[in-house]
Amino acid sequence: MAKQPEKKKDDVETTGHSWDGIEEYNNPLPKWWVWVFYATIIWGIGYTIAYPAWPGINQATSGLLNWSTRANVAEEIETFAERNAPKNTALEEVELASFVEETDTELYAYARSSGAAVYQTWCAQCHGSGAAGGVGYPNLQDDDWLWGGTIEDIHTTIRVGVRNPDTDEDYLRVSEMPAFGADELLEEEQVEQVVNYVMSMSGEPKDASLVEAGQEVYLDNCAACHGDDGQGDTFQGAPNLADAIWLYGGDYASIRETVWNSRNGVMPQWQDRLTEAQMRAVATYVHQLGGGE
Amino acid sequence: MSQAEPEQLYAAREPIFPKKVYGNFRNLKWVIMIVTLGIYYVTPWIRWDRGPSLPDQAVLLDMANRRFYFFWIEIWPHEFYFIAGLLVMAGLGLFLFTSALGRVWCGYTCPQTVWTDLFILVERWIEGDRNARLRLHRQKKWDFRKARLRLTKWVTWLLIAMATGGAWVFYFADAPTLLVDLFTLNAHPIAYTTIAILTGTTFLFGGFAREQICIYACPWPRIQAAMMDEDTLTVGYREWRGEPRGKLRKGKLDPEQGDCIDCMACVNVCPMGIDIRNGQQMECITCALCIDACDEVMEKIGKPRGLIDYMAFTDEEGERAGKPPKPIWKHVFRPRTVLYTGLWSLVGVGLLVALFIRTDIDMTVAPVRNPTYVTMSDGSIRNTYEIKLRNMHGEERPFVLSLTGDPALRVEIEGADTQTVVVPADTALPVRTYVVAPSGSVPAESDRVEFRFWVEDATSGERAFKDTVFNGKGN
Repeated sequence: MAKQPEKKKDDVETTGHSWDGIEEYNNPLPKWWVWVFYATIIWGIGYTIAYPAWPGINQATSGLLNWSTRANVAEEIETFAERNAPKNTALEEVELASFVEETDTELYAYARSSGAAVYQTWCAQCHGSGAAGGVGYPNLQDDDWLWGGTIEDIHTTIRVGVRNPDTDEDYLRVSEMPAFGADELLEEEQVEQVVNYVMSMSGEPKDASLVEAGQEVYLDNCAACHGDDGQGDTFQGAPNLADAIWLYGGDYASIRETVWNSRNGVMPQWQDRLTEAQMRAVATYVHQLGGGE
Repeated sequence: MSQAEPEQLYAAREPIFPKKVYGNFRNLKWVIMIVTLGIYYVTPWIRWDRGPSLPDQAVLLDMANRRFYFFWIEIWPHEFYFIAGLLVMAGLGLFLFTSALGRVWCGYTCPQTVWTDLFILVERWIEGDRNARLRLHRQKKWDFRKARLRLTKWVTWLLIAMATGGAWVFYFADAPTLLVDLFTLNAHPIAYTTIAILTGTTFLFGGFAREQICIYACPWPRIQAAMMDEDTLTVGYREWRGEPRGKLRKGKLDPEQGDCIDCMACVNVCPMGIDIRNGQQMECITCALCIDACDEVMEKIGKPRGLIDYMAFTDEEGERAGKPPKPIWKHVFRPRTVLYTGLWSLVGVGLLVALFIRTDIDMTVAPVRNPTYVTMSDGSIRNTYEIKLRNMHGEERPFVLSLTGDPALRVEIEGADTQTVVVPADTALPVRTYVVAPSGSVPAESDRVEFRFWVEDATSGERAFKDTVFNGKGN
């Protein structure tokens, strides 16, 4: 350890404080240090006058500079909206199909990332933040599409919604499956038969003996929309019944419920809430999630 | 308890007017000043060709593109451990030098010391040496001469300060472009703000605060006491030789008197304003100027040099007892310095090895967990991975993705029919990748299986891999 040279006692100024013979050296602070301390106090007072600080009964003082994080955000959003305006114009004019071919353009990257933001704001509530969907809400990552999986199909679905009563274009994305049981279109026995037949198309039926009779019921009542082989029809939004994907569940009870009461899920139309560029962006985003055609 | 009140709790700064000095240490300090300032001002202007797509500045901290260029080395953010390692080495290096040579960093190379030295040089050129400056300081009346001298000095200081702050920003952008932008007022506000702040601190710290920074603001003087011991070489006074001090009378030295003639030369040259004859003290930055000053006087009065000298505490005691002096290498080679050297070299060698074995291609794999898997219409199970392919070459390269593991698994890339992706030069490209297990296969039915992603640079054959997992329906 370093040895301090002994200090001569009379060299050192003390504060004059002495406790049981222990004296305190006087090591005075530099004066500028004290002035810096006073300066920080004055700065602190000035700060509370310039910025929101002192609490009141309803709200704090707003400060002379009228600074607010909320206003800052609004300003920033405006700045970015202005900066993105040319890109949005380009997005509104671009041939959407070209996005499937060319994905290394700047516009595509913009559409995808802004589409992701639109998705998380407006779509994630039903389809899930990872787009995995849920019972009654289609999974957007798989390759099964009720109304078609091309980027234009997706864009149309977003624009007019599904079974949306307010749309002017009611020839699009509107169809209705009858409630075969509830409306007494089929006997209870027939419903059981057809459910077993539908199950046999993609897997094992609950009761194999009813399959044959079910096929007859199917061809008479269901094949017009769902197709002879259950392949579905995206023009009518009729689901593919022969694949591994079930929107409302593929077990006996779920399918029986679907046939008996029908489902007819809905989705809002977004053309009155989102801009054309936003809808195109989110269509681009959804298309590249892994199921786009 | 005594009731006497202290005279002053706060002390005004005592102005210091260091006198000009000649000698070996002063010359060494001039050389070090020229070299360090030269490195600082010149480095951003050195060019280094890295091909068309990369900047040609030899040393560049490219914050916007998150790259650090140092001549032939390019550091990416994921290689920040190189910077961390260099900082560790810098720290250990300081420990080593402090334990061997005391505050040699403070005395010779610390920017505060170098710039203060430069500012004092300017001050001396404009206002004259110590006595002239003292007179000017004591002159209360601001006549034309005083105003002119002060103004010239401050303006010169300000210009140096601006050059200091100005040089700093060139490390963060292309220097020639930024220089033009700065003068045409097209540079980013951050550049001007940085220059303004650094100009202000340089002007204030070098011109007015000086030793106050070392004594009150810098933590290093307090820390380094822990690295010094009785064998550390520091600037000291041979009290046994100098005392009792006394004035030279009629050019003759009283035989009873020590070698110190109390000429105050050592005090007058000290930039910290202390008296080294009081022994080692916290304020001393070991700049060794007092050694030069004292040696000059000792030669004049015909006494041996070294009344004030680089020495260790053990030397002082040994010499007093009449022992032969300890050789310098024995002061320097101690377990402590050997340990610091060992640690320093260890980190250095580690960094060098890491530098040589690093690959120019790399990838990161982030499995998408929302959802863990997707059932496809044919019943197959698909997992998604956000892969980043890193091409650190100066030109674009085709990368081929593949996997090893369960043979049922196959790789697909979003939006592509092949497994080849062209990654642009000096880019980390995000690629949405799928791994598909057919319906009924082992990975599709199991909880999770492990496999390995491979990426191969089709041009050079260089490969890299990452291990990850596939989640099946059992998950």
